[in-house]
Amino acid sequence: MRKIKYLSALIISLLLTLINYAQTDTAEMADTMRSNGRIYVVVAVVVLILSGLLLYLVRLDKKITRIEKNKS
Amino acid sequence: MRRSWWKILCVILLLYTFIGGFLMDVPRLPALSETIRNLYFHVCMWFCMMILFTVSVVYAIRYLRSNKLTDDIYSRQFAAVGIVFGVLGYATGTIWMSYTWADPNNSSFQSFGAVAREPKLIGAAIALLIYFAYMVLRDSISDIDKRARITAVYNVFAYALLFPTIWIIPRILPSLHPGGENGNPALDTNDIDNRMRLVFYPAVIGWTLLGVWITSLKIRLSLLKEKRLL
Repeated sequence: MRKIKYLSALIISLLLTLINYAQTDTAEMADTMRSNGRIYVVVAVVVLILSGLLLYLVRLDKKITRIEKNKS
Repeated sequence: MRRSWWKILCVILLLYTFIGGFLMDVPRLPALSETIRNLYFHVCMWFCMMILFTVSVVYAIRYLRSNKLTDDIYSRQFAAVGIVFGVLGYATGTIWMSYTWADPNNSSFQSFGAVAREPKLIGAAIALLIYFAYMVLRDSISDIDKRARITAVYNVFAYALLFPTIWIIPRILPSLHPGGENGNPALDTNDIDNRMRLVFYPAVIGWTLLGVWITSLKIRLSLLKEKRLL
């Protein structure tokens, strides 16, 4: 379980650095989220939904594991 | 969460699918344009459904050999999640086809007529209905052992009917769907672009692992629920 926590923390921090990078780099106007037909916005939305669903699944998994341990 | 490496693999592959699936290069094709990216989502639903139904029928046969109710629970839950993925595949296919097959010069109703005659759609609908009937059959028998036995046999029939309805008949008849009359679309090495295979195969594995993950949760829950009987 701890692995999953580390992994999700890693992914979230990676995403955050991506966003920060886009915001601080104003000199060159190379903001990824606004370029190229803004497909990155869609990717961000979809990835957020996916990670939300997956986290939900992880939580369910944890809950069921706990119930299993209590019963036996 | 014991033995969870495959769950992590599932998360990574799905994230890769969603990021790579939107951002990586795809071939420019007429009519399809960017919708070609649906290959990573729509097609994977059917792959996942097929794999889950296969596991389900394996457990059905195991039940018939062993008479253990756990095998029946496994079989049922794999079929249930397989149905979910099948419905998702059908629904996503509906959206995709209404923007690629429907004739823009035709009034919507007439082009709907062309689409509704599509053998692949009818076949997939029949296959899914057969599995819906599996669920109805399960819930209509109250005796547990009888239910397990009858539905295990029905599961084998339902699985056998998958092949003519979604694999054979759409291949024989002319069809707008890829892989009518000339082979297998997604797995044909001449048909799918190399760049797309880079995302497509991991996507199939990721979605399948997701299906197995959900199923494993459902199985564990119903094993807890049925503990008195087992």
